[in-house]
Amino acid sequence: MIGPMVRVLSAATLPRMSRVSKMLRRGARLLVTVLLTSAPLLAMQPPTGAATDGFVPIDQLPPQEQLPAAPLLITAYAVVWVLLMAYLWSIAKRLRKVESEVETLERRSAGAARR
Amino acid sequence: MSPIRVALLILKKDFAIEVKSLEIVSTTLFFAVSCLIVFSFAFVKEGAPVQDAAAGILWIAIAFSGTLALGRIFERERYGETLRALLLAPAPRPAIYLGKLFGMVLLMLSTEVVLVPMVALLFQAPLFSRPLLLIVLLLAGTVGFASVGTLFAAMLVRARTREIMLPILLYPVTIPVMIAGVQGTSALLQNTPDEAMATMWISIVTAFDTVFLTFCLWMFEPLMTE
Amino acid sequence: MQNFFLPVFGVTALMFAVAPFVIANAPYESTMLLVQKIFYFHVPAWFVMFTAIFISGVYDAIYLFKGDRRADRIAAAAAELAVIFGLMGLVTGPLWGRKAWGVWWQWDARLTMALLLEVIFIGYLLVRKYGGPGSEKLSAAMAVFGMLNVPFVYISVNIWRTVHPRTSVVPTLGPGMFGAFWFSVCAFMLLFVLLMALRVRFEHQRAKLDDLYLAEET
Repeated sequence: MIGPMVRVLSAATLPRMSRVSKMLRRGARLLVTVLLTSAPLLAMQPPTGAATDGFVPIDQLPPQEQLPAAPLLITAYAVVWVLLMAYLWSIAKRLRKVESEVETLERRSAGAARR
Repeated sequence: MSPIRVALLILKKDFAIEVKSLEIVSTTLFFAVSCLIVFSFAFVKEGAPVQDAAAGILWIAIAFSGTLALGRIFERERYGETLRALLLAPAPRPAIYLGKLFGMVLLMLSTEVVLVPMVALLFQAPLFSRPLLLIVLLLAGTVGFASVGTLFAAMLVRARTREIMLPILLYPVTIPVMIAGVQGTSALLQNTPDEAMATMWISIVTAFDTVFLTFCLWMFEPLMTE
Repeated sequence: MQNFFLPVFGVTALMFAVAPFVIANAPYESTMLLVQKIFYFHVPAWFVMFTAIFISGVYDAIYLFKGDRRADRIAAAAAELAVIFGLMGLVTGPLWGRKAWGVWWQWDARLTMALLLEVIFIGYLLVRKYGGPGSEKLSAAMAVFGMLNVPFVYISVNIWRTVHPRTSVVPTLGPGMFGAFWFSVCAFMLLFVLLMALRVRFEHQRAKLDDLYLAEET
């Protein structure tokens, strides 16, 4: 998802300037990529001050310092779903493999018995 | 023959072999001391030890050297192919486990005899302010660690990956011993030793010992049959 | 197995499809507000994990003393699911704690115990996978000890300060939360039953495969 966004953004920020060398454009694209990918990471950084040094009851925090809850909730939900789907996929794959192998072996042994 | 006599006979046999070479005792002891020295680099700042580090250092050194010793006590049986003979002996299986456990506890205690004064000296810890409580705590913790450890070590004798499997199995299972040991020791290390707290941790380890020792004795038989 | 699998699958899928709406409609908690909604899948995940650990410990004890290989297969399936659901709990927990406590992790009683049980059962899976011949018995001992460890870890870490909501939260839930919570628990339990069925079937098929290979060799 980030790839196309970078392309769009870098196209917007760097309009067709024939003088701009390829290297400069590549550097700008890299910069935009870094910024785009690090933005969520920076957002996850703990806020400085009261919230990190321990254990402040939530009702004492002024509202503007509070973390938005929605991303945390959505992440938690997404993690549960991703884990579940990944596990289902893995178990289905393993099961299919073993079952096909059992089938092959059974066919082979049946064939051997007939002979 | 009563199980206790069988156990003591096995202990006597292992002791007689060990006394000749002192291989396990010396290597375990040296390893424990090297552990302490490594910790001293991590936990001593500007010449003074970090506060409250002594209890943790002592118990980690005990656990690490204990793991090393556990790997060795069945190694001789494996080299000499004598484990099968031991298991075939007309003796109850739990007695064999008990004999090995006695040996293991003695070995760990002999290491601790050196470790505790060294920790007291090197990390300026007043470990001898309540000697009796400390001895009981060390004894209970050692029995708890060794009971689970001896069982796992015996089971792992035939496994190819035993060096790595032993700590993987042992450390998570013996965490209660470590928590109680460290917390109890640090309660004793305070300026005014907290005897009530230490006694409570001792009772927790003793309960752990009772439950796990019973289960180990009970499980040794089905675990060692092929 | 086929005859019960499909209906249960249908019901579970339906419940999981409805669950977001049920959770969204449940009332907000007065101090933790929106983030408290993690509760509706955090706690059910732990319920499932403890059920799985219990099943694993009991069936592995049966395996050790009776030598029944089928019991071992059920225990192995349950252990794997315990790790998966434990992982769900361990990931959703810090996300909740980040908001409610201000930190991702606390060395609190329940958190420590959960982490430790997760480590024990990951160890179980590692031993089973890489332990070589005879690893079933080793891992079985691990599961039994893991189960036995629960009360000890609980007691020893409970002496430390606890910040985690107490278990008494669950029976005293308000009317709107009560329904949503038990709905989620039922959905997770049904999911567990389904996954267990799949996983046990896999173990059986694998055992069958081993038998077939053995028969072919002889």
